[in-house]
Amino acid sequence: MSFIDFTDVSKRFGDNVVLDDMSFNVANGERVTLIGPSGSGKTTILRMLMTLTKPDSGTIAIDDEYLWHERRGDDLVPASEAHTRKVRSRVTMVFQQFNLFPNMKVLRNVTEAPIHVLGKQKDEADERARELLEMVGLQDKADFYPSQLSGGQQQRVAIARALAVEPDILLLDEVTSALDPEIAAEVLDVLRDVAKTSDVTMLLVTHAMRFARDVSNRVLMFNEGKIIEDAAPEQMFNEPQHERTKAFLKSVLEEV
Amino acid sequence: MSSAQLGLLLYGAWKTILLTLGGMALALVIAFPVGLARVSHNKFVRAIGFTYVELFRGAAVLVLAFWFVYALPSLGWQLDPTFAGILALGLNMGAYSGEVVRGAIQAVPPGQIEAATALNFKPSQGMRRVVLPQAVRAMIPSFGNNVIEQLKATAVVAVVSIPELTFNGQLIWSGNGRAAAVFGGLLIGYGLMALIFMTGVKLLERRVAWT
Repeated sequence: MSFIDFTDVSKRFGDNVVLDDMSFNVANGERVTLIGPSGSGKTTILRMLMTLTKPDSGTIAIDDEYLWHERRGDDLVPASEAHTRKVRSRVTMVFQQFNLFPNMKVLRNVTEAPIHVLGKQKDEADERARELLEMVGLQDKADFYPSQLSGGQQQRVAIARALAVEPDILLLDEVTSALDPEIAAEVLDVLRDVAKTSDVTMLLVTHAMRFARDVSNRVLMFNEGKIIEDAAPEQMFNEPQHERTKAFLKSVLEEV
Repeated sequence: MSSAQLGLLLYGAWKTILLTLGGMALALVIAFPVGLARVSHNKFVRAIGFTYVELFRGAAVLVLAFWFVYALPSLGWQLDPTFAGILALGLNMGAYSGEVVRGAIQAVPPGQIEAATALNFKPSQGMRRVVLPQAVRAMIPSFGNNVIEQLKATAVVAVVSIPELTFNGQLIWSGNGRAAAVFGGLLIGYGLMALIFMTGVKLLERRVAWT
């Protein structure tokens, strides 16, 4: 078993097949970028790992523990809330729309889960949060509400908030798509830093191809609910094998 | 206007305020469990919330008041009339306010709950720490509306001889026959009270802003 295992996972929304019997795995510490046209199932993969979207069939496991199921004797049964929470505790996600809690100041956004989910002491959580805010360059914004920050600043807080729960797996869902290119660059710099200084496993959906090339060591090309190409970034971006990948990369690179 | 009449009006206004605030307090106590029940994942719990809302939203305040003031005593259960009035008003407004609670909870963006899940909050923690604080802020203007509705509904329970503003106004009118003056005065009185309640709600709204 690998670190993350998708086995025969399918998902449809109505008549639309989003994932078609998909299997793939990710090793511990890998940085995997998911690329492909919109609607090809990339975000659904992240959402399933975060337990936000339920697969219709198939299994997903993290470190040999099923996310949506649990073992009972020889059978697999739907997971209880407690089981899901236990497995999910290793994963967190940064969202396209930041999703900071508007009712909490920046510092509390970052400390809320460490205190109430991980059970840390407030002093310890505050100290760690301030370190993380410094890492994302926002140490002076601790006492602001999210609504007082720019989009790029909010996303950097969201990154600090995600790291504060000490994840083994960090999911990044189009984290710069809602930002201006210049602001996006600040956020990407922070993430480059995270990639360099930690050994967290990363799965990212992004249209920022240069960033994908910089931080990932593997790229998966999605099309119509299937992975059609799986390669190292140099290979994927310089010598794509599949015609669909060539066409997709050409359209994306022309856009920028 | 004699000082006796003035005293009667002031006492009536005091009772009206008591009925409004008492009814609204009861309504809020009812509204949160009912609103939460309406968004529960449990079908049975949802059905309880739904039943309460449909039962008491449809129940006329006047008939509820008759029930508590005349029907219950006939079954051997005597209630203080003002308390009975508060019950009738609060049970009815609790159904409306429960819908306000439900609507405000459902209006919190799904991304907030997804973020709570991503941080591995329990559903109950997500509700208490993330969803409800945002929902409560959104409820305040609607609750303000409900307070005004409650204030006006208090006039209805005059019928069961609770000496509130309208009841005492009618007493004065039957004594002096000056309908235009008496009921004109009552309108102004209710208007002033509404203004005071609304100002209170506005101040509350400003206090809970996140900036």
